Amino acid sequence: MNKVYMISVFAENKPGRLERITKVLTEANINILAFSITSTNGFGVIKFMVNKWKEAFDLLKERGFTVSLNEAIGIEMKDQPGGLYEVVKILSSKGINIESASVYVAETRKRAYLIVEIEDTAKAMDILKGENLKFLNPEEIK
Amino acid sequence: MYWNKELECISEEQLKELQFQRLKNTVKMAYEKVPYYRKKFDEAGITPDDIKKLDDLRKIPFTSKADLREVYPFGMFASPLSEIVEIHMSSGTTGKPVVAGYTLNDIEIWGEVMARCLTMIGTTKNDIVQVAYGYGLFTGGFGVHYGARKIGCMIVPASAGNTRRQIEIMRDFGTTILACTPSYALYMAEVAQEMGIEPTTLKLKAGCFGAEMWTEAMRTEIEKRFGLNAYNIYGLTEIIGPGVAHECVEKKGFHVFEDHFIAEIIDPDTGDPLPEGKRGELVLTTITREGMPMLRFRTRDITSLIEGKCACGRTFNRIERIRGRTDDMIKVRGVMLFPYQIEQAILEVQGVEPHYQIVITRPQHLDEIEVMVEMSKETFSDEVKHIENLKKNLERRIEDIIGIRVKVTLVEPKTLPRSEGKAKRIIDKRSLNE
Amino acid sequence: MRFWDEETETLEKQKLRELQLERLRKTLRRIYQKVPHYRTKFQQANVKPEDIKHIEDVNKLPFTTKEDLYVDYPFGLVTLPLDKLIRLHTSSGTTGKPKAIFFSKKDINNSAELIARCLVMTGAQRGDILQNSMTYGLFTGAFVMHYGAEKVGILVIPAGPGNTERQINLMKDFGTTMLHITPSYALYMASVIYDKGIDPRRDLKLKRAYLGAEPYSEETRKKIEDMLGIDIYNCYGLTEMNGPGVGFECKYKAGLHIWEDNFLMEIINPDTGEPLPDGEIGELVLTTLNREAMPLVRYRTRDLTRIISESCKCGRTHKRISRILGRSDDMFIVKGVNIFPQQIEQVLMSIKGVAQNYQIVLESYDEMTVKVEIDRELFDGRIEKLVRMKEEIVDKIRSTTMVKPKVELLEPGTLPISEGKAKRVIDNRTI
Repeated sequence: MNKVYMISVFAENKPGRLERITKVLTEANINILAFSITSTNGFGVIKFMVNKWKEAFDLLKERGFTVSLNEAIGIEMKDQPGGLYEVVKILSSKGINIESASVYVAETRKRAYLIVEIEDTAKAMDILKGENLKFLNPEEIK
Repeated sequence: MYWNKELECISEEQLKELQFQRLKNTVKMAYEKVPYYRKKFDEAGITPDDIKKLDDLRKIPFTSKADLREVYPFGMFASPLSEIVEIHMSSGTTGKPVVAGYTLNDIEIWGEVMARCLTMIGTTKNDIVQVAYGYGLFTGGFGVHYGARKIGCMIVPASAGNTRRQIEIMRDFGTTILACTPSYALYMAEVAQEMGIEPTTLKLKAGCFGAEMWTEAMRTEIEKRFGLNAYNIYGLTEIIGPGVAHECVEKKGFHVFEDHFIAEIIDPDTGDPLPEGKRGELVLTTITREGMPMLRFRTRDITSLIEGKCACGRTFNRIERIRGRTDDMIKVRGVMLFPYQIEQAILEVQGVEPHYQIVITRPQHLDEIEVMVEMSKETFSDEVKHIENLKKNLERRIEDIIGIRVKVTLVEPKTLPRSEGKAKRIIDKRSLNE
Repeated sequence: MRFWDEETETLEKQKLRELQLERLRKTLRRIYQKVPHYRTKFQQANVKPEDIKHIEDVNKLPFTTKEDLYVDYPFGLVTLPLDKLIRLHTSSGTTGKPKAIFFSKKDINNSAELIARCLVMTGAQRGDILQNSMTYGLFTGAFVMHYGAEKVGILVIPAGPGNTERQINLMKDFGTTMLHITPSYALYMASVIYDKGIDPRRDLKLKRAYLGAEPYSEETRKKIEDMLGIDIYNCYGLTEMNGPGVGFECKYKAGLHIWEDNFLMEIINPDTGEPLPDGEIGELVLTTLNREAMPLVRYRTRDLTRIISESCKCGRTHKRISRILGRSDDMFIVKGVNIFPQQIEQVLMSIKGVAQNYQIVLESYDEMTVKVEIDRELFDGRIEKLVRMKEEIVDKIRSTTMVKPKVELLEPGTLPISEGKAKRVIDNRTI
């Protein structure tokens, strides 16, 4: 089982923030595979899964963004009704709390991954080892 | 220690005589100056002349919160407005608040009874008294303030809130007496620890705690945390504010200052008097107040009377710790709250249904109120931002009305239990009774 | 009744000076004897109480600054034993600790006496109803007014601030005739009264309001007067000098009479400390002449104003000052509370996860927003952590300054970089 990485960027809730970030990634020819935005009164955190995470992280940092790199696990789910439910059911039965999540659709209408950030990635991986789950291989997204 | 030994240790016969004289004067004044009392007396077919002995008090009709509402704002005043120097208030049972008016003499009496309370627990003019009850229309802060002023203590009028500042003051100025709600005292102990200040190292020696129901277990906890002696104080705005009764160092019931207030215990359903030791509703009569004399006021507080002399030497009868209420009032952070007040706010705001539930908890010794309200169908399907605004609006409206910040949680339509008869609006998760 | 204490209020100028000199010398002897810190200061300045032979000699004496209030904290400048002190009030300081001012029974009574003069000076009398909408507590504002009004025999409603709905109901139900309130809250309350469709001239009995604790303009006074159909009087005071009642406007609303039998006033150049002639704008310096527990000599208020020495039509001989024109330090006032940027700075320094750069923005109706950049290095992608941090900042600022701020977390590099003295406070209020 392999870890994947999410890039988190701090952003004020103002027009143009997402545009600025994605522009940097586009110019460096980095592909966004999944992303999510969590926002609260005044500010938010934008999360990306990209093909070249190390490069993207360094680049964003260099450009002055407030950015962090977080471990995550990608769990395959069927791209059909009940797909998400099946995965989430297993996680909650194991007492694993999802801190943040996004979805990576690998093949439309066939295969998608739920990308979850959790408090202790290594521990969660251990717990999930015996389950009938397929995990996203980081090589696959490079 | 006594503030006024002569009166606090008065013999039973002398007290009865004093009470009777004062009661007669009060009844006469109420009858002559307050049309509302006159009407009630007429209806009951009595006149002040029928009060021939102390026991005749029982002939006088009760006064309820509803009576006070009917004559809002000044109808119960027996002195002209030009003689009234101060006004205090508390929540009423519906809509209008209860107003209490004080003449200069009433303020003196208030100071006198509060000075007795503080002296009873060892306070002298060398003490530094931190008043952490709220000041303002609420009587708590002012009552303790007037008593401490009479003794000549140094007063720190901290009012409620700003906990870190309160603790710094206790430490820097060497506060010796703390007056606040018991739950706030516990909260302060916790914050002190967070600040790296061990509460037992403070110079506090006694505390005067009240304005809400609390338990023996809480007393033990407060005493242990601060290394002080914790005492119960009792009072209510309609009578004078804090200072109606207070615990002495024996901690076996609260002495009622019977030269100013007469206490009776009645069966709340029949209104019949109950004997010593039986729990029932406390009924109080003021016998020295000028601004607003109160005859047989039904407090709705449940307690019992303890008669006879106390080991402390005081002859005043005592009441036991308050055991409950006969109505749906709840006290949160020392403030009276009725469910209708929250309902009023909910009815004023668009986008929610009048289905609600009030959950009161005490997560870290401090009361928290959560109001769960059902969204209307339209709101439920609306944007998150809109719902967020609605929640804020509601929180602000409720705070405007009750004066306390609450947390509003909007829930999906039709998820709260529906009322059958009298709705169970309040879920009180604090454990307030042993 | 035109005067509360006619003899003192109209005391002939020469006699007033003589009284001041007598009281000044008495105060100096007292503190020289009882306050080690003052004795040291006097010795360093090479001056003794006996050297003060004329009132003008006051400028031989050293100033007292707010730093002096922290020497031998908290009882350092007190002249009485604890059992003679009956009250503590505090006000914000630039360090973590508040300034602590102690009062004896006589001091408390005297502060009420001065307010009684102020109230009567504006036409208030027994039978009036005062709604006191200032904060009761460690601040002096509400208490001193309360005691003064009680002295005159005015009915006091201790409403405290906030709860606007209830405030308006109180006015309606009790027929409030006078308000004691901050200007920003008065403006807000007036607008709510309008929004509710209440005609103040018809539905309320308000006659006058006393506005203090924060600066406001003549235009704001006119606006509120017009909205509510009342007279508004300016009042001036500071915790260090009893609280409100140091200076108050009379019916002519042309400057604030300073009670010169109780306070000796000077105007100085804030940079050089040199005295300025009457009429010139400078920093107000006050000496208490009638205080027992904690006398202060040449206390630098940091408030900018000027003396109006022409005699007043009201007949009072006590000199006036103009409304406060500004500050000679960076203190600002929100909701009647004094705040120094350093207080906010100290809070931010104690919190992990924010950078040092910050800005305080003040908006109308007294909203204080603290903008702070997050620390790039400590960002870990967790929004809950940021939310908690923001709450912690709000709580700590609230407990330090007693005002609840709005806090905005910003991306690093958003705020202007400070060059030398940064512009930390942006005041967008129009009051």
